Amino acid sequence: MDFLRPTGWADALAAKAEHPAAVPIAGGTDVMVEINFDQRRPEHLLDLGRVDELTEWETGEEYVRLGAAVPYTRIMERLRPELPGLALAAHTVGSPQIRHRGTVGGNLGAASPAGDCHPALLAAGAEIEAASVRGTRLIPVDEFYTGVKRNALAPDELIRAVRIRRADGPQQFSKVGTRNAMVIALCAFGLALHPATRTVRTGIGSAAPTPVRAHAAEDFLNAALAEGGFWESGRALPPSLAGQFAELCSGACAPIDDVRGSAAYRRHAVGVMARRTLAWTWDEFRGPGRSTEGGASCA
Amino acid sequence: MGAPHTPTGLTQGLGTAAQGGVGASTLRPDGTLKTTGEFAFASDLWHEDMLWGCTLRSPHAHAEIRSLDTAEALAQPGVYAVLTYADLPAAAKHYGLEIRDTPVLADGRVRHHGEPVAIVAADHPETARRAAAKIKVDYAPLPLVTDEASATAADAPLLHPDRTDRHAAHVPHPNIVHRQPIVRGDVAAARARAEVIVTGEYEVGMQDQAFLGPESGLAVPAEDGGVDLYIATQWLHSDLRQIAPVLGLPESQVRMTLSGVGGAFGGREDLSMQIHASLLALRTGRPVKMVYNRFESFFGHVHRHPARLRYEHGATRDGKLTHMTCRIVLDGGAYASASPAVVGNASSLSVGPYAVDHVDIEALALYTNNPPCGAMRGFGAVQACFAYEAQMDRLAAELAMDPVELRRRNAMSQGTLMPTGQAVDAPAPVAELLRRVKALPLPPEKQWETTEGADVRALPGGLSNTTHGEGVVRGVGYAVGIKNVGFSEGFDDFSTARVRLEAVGGEPVAVVHTAAAEVGQGGVTVHAQIARTELGVAQVTIHPADTRVGSAGSTSASRQTYVTGGAVKHACEAVRAEVLERGRARFGASHPAWATAELRLEGGKVVTDGGEVLADLVDVLAGDAVDVERVWRHRPTQPFDRRTGQGDGHVQYSFAAHRAVVEVDTELGLVKVVELACAQDVGKALNPLSVVGQIQGGTTQGLGLAVMEEIVVGDDGRVRNPSFTDYLIPTILDTPPIPVDILELADAAAPYGLRGVGEAPTLSATPAVVAAIRAATGLPLTRVPVRPEHLTGT
Repeated sequence: MDFLRPTGWADALAAKAEHPAAVPIAGGTDVMVEINFDQRRPEHLLDLGRVDELTEWETGEEYVRLGAAVPYTRIMERLRPELPGLALAAHTVGSPQIRHRGTVGGNLGAASPAGDCHPALLAAGAEIEAASVRGTRLIPVDEFYTGVKRNALAPDELIRAVRIRRADGPQQFSKVGTRNAMVIALCAFGLALHPATRTVRTGIGSAAPTPVRAHAAEDFLNAALAEGGFWESGRALPPSLAGQFAELCSGACAPIDDVRGSAAYRRHAVGVMARRTLAWTWDEFRGPGRSTEGGASCA
Repeated sequence: MGAPHTPTGLTQGLGTAAQGGVGASTLRPDGTLKTTGEFAFASDLWHEDMLWGCTLRSPHAHAEIRSLDTAEALAQPGVYAVLTYADLPAAAKHYGLEIRDTPVLADGRVRHHGEPVAIVAADHPETARRAAAKIKVDYAPLPLVTDEASATAADAPLLHPDRTDRHAAHVPHPNIVHRQPIVRGDVAAARARAEVIVTGEYEVGMQDQAFLGPESGLAVPAEDGGVDLYIATQWLHSDLRQIAPVLGLPESQVRMTLSGVGGAFGGREDLSMQIHASLLALRTGRPVKMVYNRFESFFGHVHRHPARLRYEHGATRDGKLTHMTCRIVLDGGAYASASPAVVGNASSLSVGPYAVDHVDIEALALYTNNPPCGAMRGFGAVQACFAYEAQMDRLAAELAMDPVELRRRNAMSQGTLMPTGQAVDAPAPVAELLRRVKALPLPPEKQWETTEGADVRALPGGLSNTTHGEGVVRGVGYAVGIKNVGFSEGFDDFSTARVRLEAVGGEPVAVVHTAAAEVGQGGVTVHAQIARTELGVAQVTIHPADTRVGSAGSTSASRQTYVTGGAVKHACEAVRAEVLERGRARFGASHPAWATAELRLEGGKVVTDGGEVLADLVDVLAGDAVDVERVWRHRPTQPFDRRTGQGDGHVQYSFAAHRAVVEVDTELGLVKVVELACAQDVGKALNPLSVVGQIQGGTTQGLGLAVMEEIVVGDDGRVRNPSFTDYLIPTILDTPPIPVDILELADAAAPYGLRGVGEAPTLSATPAVVAAIRAATGLPLTRVPVRPEHLTGT
């Protein structure tokens, strides 16, 4: 196994072009486990640790351009106001040690249906900046996941950054595991209110072969909110509406039974998380004093 | 050849322990090293020119090996040896703790997923692994035996068709390892008197010890044709007895030294890589190191027996138990391991710490094609405790009685007869322990509420942010358990200690040498504390444990402080007698007090009962060390009668009670244990800090079994979650505050009155947590670990 160590982005792209089967490695929290257990033995490992620009981010008017190798800890600490959903998701990743190493770029590269970032990215709205010696293209996150552990990258492409829509309203992220920390997702749910466009977006993790949005649930809710004038009035949502939304979110799942849990439970849990995260974000949108459930604080 | 070492100069931190005698909270000499990552574990061993061993394991749970071809593996550059069953050098080719039924390498047939088939030595661990993958094995799968029905069917494939072990003649089916009935009183008559009867069926999943330091060791071939083995184990001499015959060596040519142990919990009582590394070392003439990774570790040791339990309890309306019947079926997996002794415990402790005169009990362990199961903290008593405590709650509900009050009315006490007819002759403060945990103030309601909103860390789901209080219901539950201490059923359970007292640099120094495996239990502090108290010296050195001294017995069964502590005390007493004799010979004429029997060693001096100094120890020793080795046994026990289960089978009992407070997210089925208070009688806390550590650790392991820990075995007999990704153990965020209330009611038969501590808290933690979840949800919950699916009906 050869270890390629480009010192700049151009070198990295050239190396990937020369060795399209090279496996990029940033934090190594996924790749190294596979290598250590001999599940994967690529001929080339492409270390991105010396490409400094990958660990930087820029906050623009509409987007945060998040370098592919910005560790989760940094997102939790520095980008919570701009990317609240992703910051919550980042906090559920592994242990503090893993969060210091793991990256959103790695999560996207691995494209595991259980990756913690995906529901938050789907809900917020994001584009993946895929680069190669041929140039750079933007892949909408909705089109990025193509199968179990497969993504839309071409063999010679690397993830340069993720352009994530800056929050224009409340966002939430919930994940179910059978332990209160350091647990892989049994299923996860992200929800973002976008008052600017008067839309709600969702993301579901670990409950289908790929991370998915609950399109029917979003359409239903967007229509109901518009029809009822909820965005304008800021009225509390009737329980029946939240219930129907939750049911549609459950319906968007195509889960499996596995050693971590049953398909039926995953479907059920996604519904519960959908209902709760909708209540939390809507209460936050309505503003303090009108909240019925209270917010959440975490260290 | 030089002794092995670690490449980084890591140390086990033995040597001179910190100060403090019996009763002091002496700090562990290895505590800081373990915390800072400087402690040398067995996996850190290193030797010049060493090779790396690797094991090829069966992918099938049951198969015939039609052919085995090692030629290609052996031809790999860097490979020094590939061994299979055909290469075993001695007539003995099997080993086992109680029954020698386990082949060193598969003998033409594999009986469980992960069974060792071949071993490889190479100059690099990766080379060894790749060579192992090139061994060609032609397996022909055989029909599986996976549960009681398939194991005891008339035409069931027999796991061990030609049994000659001591249980073979009395078991009802050859796929039953051992069966122990216990019958006492007149159940039929008592049942007729019962005003309320509750029955229940319960199930306990397969728990893993999940020690953090995986199996590892180093075998170094010696010039005399023998082998020096450096190993992380629980019982050096038991290993030795099993290793030497299959190597074809006398025990004197297999010299074992304990290496740094990263936890055990019963999982190192059986052999893992000891014989394999030794075989490879002897074959290649090179030191061979073997280290399992986490995946392999799940196949490298036995687990806790999964169990199915059926119980019936009867009582009068005022809550007095009339009778109890139960049937406990333990899955022992492919090989016997400790199954017979686990059966003995499960049956004899199946009533729990209650006085019941009329019982009909049956416990048995099966041979199946599931992973082998054996010793794990609690050892048969854990499974029973989950069931009988669930039954007590069920009975309390039926009687509309407070569950603690029901337990109090039936609690055993000193003098109560066990179902085996054995009288409990030491304090048994069962009611008092329950009273104490119940009297503790409850943690405040809704402790997650802060001025900033909900603190999700205090809620079910934690940082996964699944609830801000929605769906959350609190429950409180109680449980109490009984565990035997030491080896039972007539086993000659002894330990050996060698104590040397000499003057070094003008100061008296004691060296304590035992073969007791330090696996985290605290022998390194306690044995030094005993020597300090008995010999009145400040400096005590703990010698590394090895087989140059007699057996210490196993570091298990909550026995090591009792038995090896007893041996150290006994050896110190002999040293003291010798010192006083020398003193009398040398200085007797100088002071009349030398003639009295009331002399003590204190502060490095010989003193009278009144504290008058007679001589300095250094002067009494006069350059000549006192060096004695003593064997010490606890009082003898008897086997249980095969048909009635009667007999004084146990040495001592230990008791703990828990109160669990949980919050359950009833919609998502997630659990947060808010507090898990424990009260335990320890007889005498030799090291109170260690005692609290043992209780908190055992409690946490019990919590793990209650809500997350399970090895999942598929219908094909294969382990489905051999990793820490999917075998979950509690993190610090799952571990609640554990207030510990220690009672010290002395057991007159034990050294210092002490009681074994390590296991009892593992028993009652599990049923207390589940009782609390039942209280929160109203669900029956008859299986552990409790999963979200059980709580949500999905």
